[in-house]
Amino acid sequence: MSDTAQESQAELIEEFEMFDNWMDRYQYIIDMGKQLPAFPDEWKTDELKIQGCQSNVWMRSQRDGERLHFDATSDAAIVSGLIAVLMRIFNDRPPAEIAATPPSFLEELGLDKHLSPTRSNGLHAMLERIYQVAKAEA
Amino acid sequence: MTDFSDLMLDVAKVRSDFPILDREVHGKPLVYLDNAATCQTPRQVIEVFDDYYRRYNANIHRGLHTLSDEATSAFERSRDKVRAFINAREIREIIFTRGTTEAINLVANTWGRANLKAGDEVLVSQLEHHSNIVPWQLLAKEIGFTIKVIPVDERGVLDQAAYRDLFTERTRLVAVNHVSNAFGTVNPVSEMASVAHSHGALILVDGAQAAPHEQVDVVAMDADFYAFSGHKVYGPTGVGVLYGKAALLEAMPPWQGGGEMIKTVSFEAGSTFADIPHKFEAGTPAIAEVIALGSALDWVSGIGLPLIRAWEHRLTEHATKELSRIDGLRILGTAPGKAAVMSFVVEGAHSQDIGLLIDQLGVAIRTGHHCAQPLLAHFGVDATCRASFAAYNTPEEIDIFVESLERVIGMVR
Repeated sequence: MSDTAQESQAELIEEFEMFDNWMDRYQYIIDMGKQLPAFPDEWKTDELKIQGCQSNVWMRSQRDGERLHFDATSDAAIVSGLIAVLMRIFNDRPPAEIAATPPSFLEELGLDKHLSPTRSNGLHAMLERIYQVAKAEA
Repeated sequence: MTDFSDLMLDVAKVRSDFPILDREVHGKPLVYLDNAATCQTPRQVIEVFDDYYRRYNANIHRGLHTLSDEATSAFERSRDKVRAFINAREIREIIFTRGTTEAINLVANTWGRANLKAGDEVLVSQLEHHSNIVPWQLLAKEIGFTIKVIPVDERGVLDQAAYRDLFTERTRLVAVNHVSNAFGTVNPVSEMASVAHSHGALILVDGAQAAPHEQVDVVAMDADFYAFSGHKVYGPTGVGVLYGKAALLEAMPPWQGGGEMIKTVSFEAGSTFADIPHKFEAGTPAIAEVIALGSALDWVSGIGLPLIRAWEHRLTEHATKELSRIDGLRILGTAPGKAAVMSFVVEGAHSQDIGLLIDQLGVAIRTGHHCAQPLLAHFGVDATCRASFAAYNTPEEIDIFVESLERVIGMVR
């Protein structure tokens, strides 16, 4: 893991630039999602469910000393990959740092164009939840 | 390979009428298979808008000037084209609405409000689109009538014996679609109408998915109300049709008030209302859209629904054969003679992933609940992929779709 959220974003952008087409990028995102840590079934509650997505997404957060730890999962492959991307950037960071890191990777990777909110992919809903928790904990 | 050679449809010529089919999506030729949501419009329909706004844009039924007269004539000609398209007896039985949804809401809020009482029963099928469920639920909550559900079997076919058993002396209305948007099932609405009538109930048929595929004859089927939308029958969005038997429409109170729907308005004496169909057409309608809908129906009739239907059936047959080869793919909705809709789920591949990835390959399909959550829940799924075909689709496009599908399934599994 990189030292800061910003560095993680820069790293991700570099990794994505290796691919010259979106099918390969999607494959990379999907493969990242397959590496997500297990999310036990008992955490899949309505309370932890994130609305606004065609697939099911659950996200759990807890304070771990100075840092904020997230666990999340989805029953869809691309959303799982997006969770993995978000975890690389935001997981296990101080809440203040999370809240102060804008999601510039979205634009730089062109993800905002490919995964616009109208496609109800849950990316924006997940980001919203992360910032909401971070602000409350900061 | 399915044989298409005996069908007289010149699909290249059909396609040449649709400018949008020439575009690319993500650098790939567009393969548009979301026709059950909205089908594309031929240039004859697109040109109506240009012509209307350049030559005769004016409000209708009121002006004495030439432009208003020309617009009114074109608008009313369109009403007659709709009448002929569904074989209604009288032109005044055709009401223009914003779409099927508004047409059903109109019936619920006029006929429904005037005739349904607490304790009455309305039969709605398990196959319905939300637009033929929610208006009745809203009204039921207010009035206190009961909604009973006509069940489906494992193929997505309505159980006719169960349907007949649902009737009681309190059954007032059957609300059923002609063709299911999620599964493509073609319902025997004519037989269902005769059962309803034998119990003294009326029948409202949601024809949104039938109009582009089936020859509709409201008199032969004896529907009391029949609704469909312009944008699913090669026409524009924002316009739809409610057919109602003249005697019913005449007895129904108005719904929306405003211009166009009145005879006289007075603060002292109150208002009197126009005759049907104008009583139900308050405000300035979507004039260009209505005229364009007429052109769309001309276009469909020019090719002929029997030929379109035969072509689409062949496409459906071909798609069924090709899709069945895919490991872990389950087709939902296997009614005999179903319309050109393929709904399916794939083991180990979420429909959202399939929809997003296949779009990258230029293929447009629908994923999600298709506004038919009760039906999908009944089959134990919360989303499916749906490919739906139109007259301009080709067997080669089906092949591209199936190959693309196999590729994206390989990516996520």
